[in-house]
Amino acid sequence: MAEEKKTTRKKIQATDLMNKIMADYFYDLNDAATTGKRKVAWCTSVGPAELLRALGFAVHFPENHAAMLGATRMSTDMIPAANAIGYSPDICSYLTADIGAFIKGVTPLSKAYKGIESVPKPDVLVFNTNQCRDVQDWLAWYSRRLNVPSIGVSSPKNVKDVTDAHIDDVARQIEALVPALEKISGARLDMERLRETVSLSRECTELWKKVLETATAVPAPLTFFDGTIHMGPAVVMRGTQTAIDYYKVLLAELEQRVRDGDGAVEGESTRIYWEGMPIWGRLRQHSELFSQLRANVIASTYCSSWIFPSFDGRDPFRSMAKAYLELFIVRSDEYKEGYIKGMLEKFRIDGIVYHDAKTCPYNSNSRYGMPQRLETETGVPSLVISGDLNDLRCVSDEQMKTNVEAFIEQIAEGR
Amino acid sequence: MSTPVYVGLDIGASRTKVAVADSQRRMIGHAVRKSGTDFTVTAAACLDESLAMAGASRGDIANAVSTGYGRANVEFVTAQTKTEIGCLAKGCYHRFPEAITIIDIGGQDNKVIKIDADGRRSGFKMNRKCAAGTGAFLEEMSARLDIPLEEMDGLARKATEMVKLGSYCTVFSATEVLENIRYGKKVTDIVKGIFYSVVSRILEMDSPTERVVMTGGVVAHNPYIVEMAEEMIGRPILLPELPQLAGAFGAALYALDGKGETDG
Repeated sequence: MAEEKKTTRKKIQATDLMNKIMADYFYDLNDAATTGKRKVAWCTSVGPAELLRALGFAVHFPENHAAMLGATRMSTDMIPAANAIGYSPDICSYLTADIGAFIKGVTPLSKAYKGIESVPKPDVLVFNTNQCRDVQDWLAWYSRRLNVPSIGVSSPKNVKDVTDAHIDDVARQIEALVPALEKISGARLDMERLRETVSLSRECTELWKKVLETATAVPAPLTFFDGTIHMGPAVVMRGTQTAIDYYKVLLAELEQRVRDGDGAVEGESTRIYWEGMPIWGRLRQHSELFSQLRANVIASTYCSSWIFPSFDGRDPFRSMAKAYLELFIVRSDEYKEGYIKGMLEKFRIDGIVYHDAKTCPYNSNSRYGMPQRLETETGVPSLVISGDLNDLRCVSDEQMKTNVEAFIEQIAEGR
Repeated sequence: MSTPVYVGLDIGASRTKVAVADSQRRMIGHAVRKSGTDFTVTAAACLDESLAMAGASRGDIANAVSTGYGRANVEFVTAQTKTEIGCLAKGCYHRFPEAITIIDIGGQDNKVIKIDADGRRSGFKMNRKCAAGTGAFLEEMSARLDIPLEEMDGLARKATEMVKLGSYCTVFSATEVLENIRYGKKVTDIVKGIFYSVVSRILEMDSPTERVVMTGGVVAHNPYIVEMAEEMIGRPILLPELPQLAGAFGAALYALDGKGETDG
């Protein structure tokens, strides 16, 4: 019988420190919600978290919670509860998993962190539709259910060049949130604190960029699958010194690995770019699938989406607006294709895997001819796999395996 | 002294196919059986049948490569597997050494594979997680119409008109079939519509290049599907002599070339 070679990615030592600071973050949130010492804001992942932190809110990110539901493979059991109250299986499975879990009264937080019984009860819900419309609908459900205000920013979509007109619009929308947020928090906005928070966010994302760029080395010291886990602090602790301190430790470890020629995948022979969402419930399997083929998924749009070069503490509102607008997901296909072409060159990529996520059209960039156009322009072959970020009912493991194996074969035979 | 043979085993979701090649790259034995629930047993039976046809025994096997969904379940093949996409490409390019697009219609999935003039794969697509256009779709429809699968080709040829099915979904298509039966449409015309649905689903997966090769069990047993596809793309389609064996033969060629060790 054909035996499968077992190759797993090498453990990153900084993981233990990351687990600790993530635990501290969740306990701090829980403390704020259960004691009432601080107000709690829920914020979409690229919403105005800097403003919320500057106003003293403890910030919970529903998308992070939904990804945890996916990674712990709880999501597929939660989604039907949301489907049953009218939230379609065709819409965002982050939304349906998270709302489903709330309806069922469960959370992965209570499994991971002793003493936490539920997600932190919010005092305000804050969205930015730069991700998609679903985030607004998601928070709207909680707003009705918990009788908590939901406020936010409506962002443009399909933007090629981010112009002053776009920035003016979004900056004004962010500023317009301040009176309502001050009223809920009970504190006046301290502009110095906002400037400092924005500067900390900038520093955090610059370090995160350097972490990801260690994978330009051959062999790469980390994988996309590591990245999806280690981006946690950049997602939930952006704007804090803790995140910065963590990424300094992680970066030092990865830079040492590069100096030692220590690749994350033994015998790395194929370098893959991942376009689209991870399949959270299959991170380990997919990591092993690629590494057994001596292929490393070394770079991705997804992990790189938490790099915000435009944050500038000297001009907090406008730079926040610009940073949130420059996000890949906000941009036109023309911009996205130029971006991906740059990544292919920078990371010396042999092939692109596009994840067509059934419930996430905004992060599925294979639906308007992009793979064909990029393949023609760059000669880098591509593969489109069907799946989903959180709904494992939309995932076929056997199809994924055959597709990836055939793709790596194709790349090897084309050399 | 016995003559060495090279074996390719294609353990598909629906059928197991085995091809035996000699050192001159000729297929000298083959067998096809239902895969059933024990891939190992079925593969062994298929192997013995194909070896008998080749006038060889297990001791004559110089190398063997397995492919298909059950490729890891073949006990006498050690760490030599290739994907069915690679094997189809190998088998078809051997028969048609030119730039080709292979359209394979299998029991559970469809594949469109593009090969350049040098035999290199330039890309491939598999159907989404959906039975539309696969053998499974035809099986479901034959059950709905209560006609044996092997009679569908003959019935489609007798059609005077065609009942077009509008849906992607196998379940919705079955409902459409029942609806048309209720309306008194002829079974022959419905079967032709079912075939048309299969070809349409496949042709919309990708744009085929000039030369198109069709393979797979559905093609082998329903040649009218090939004729319909020729009409739809407006040019003749190439067929290997044994379309259902194309992947197994490609695996046998990999065994011959000693290149079956790249996977898993």
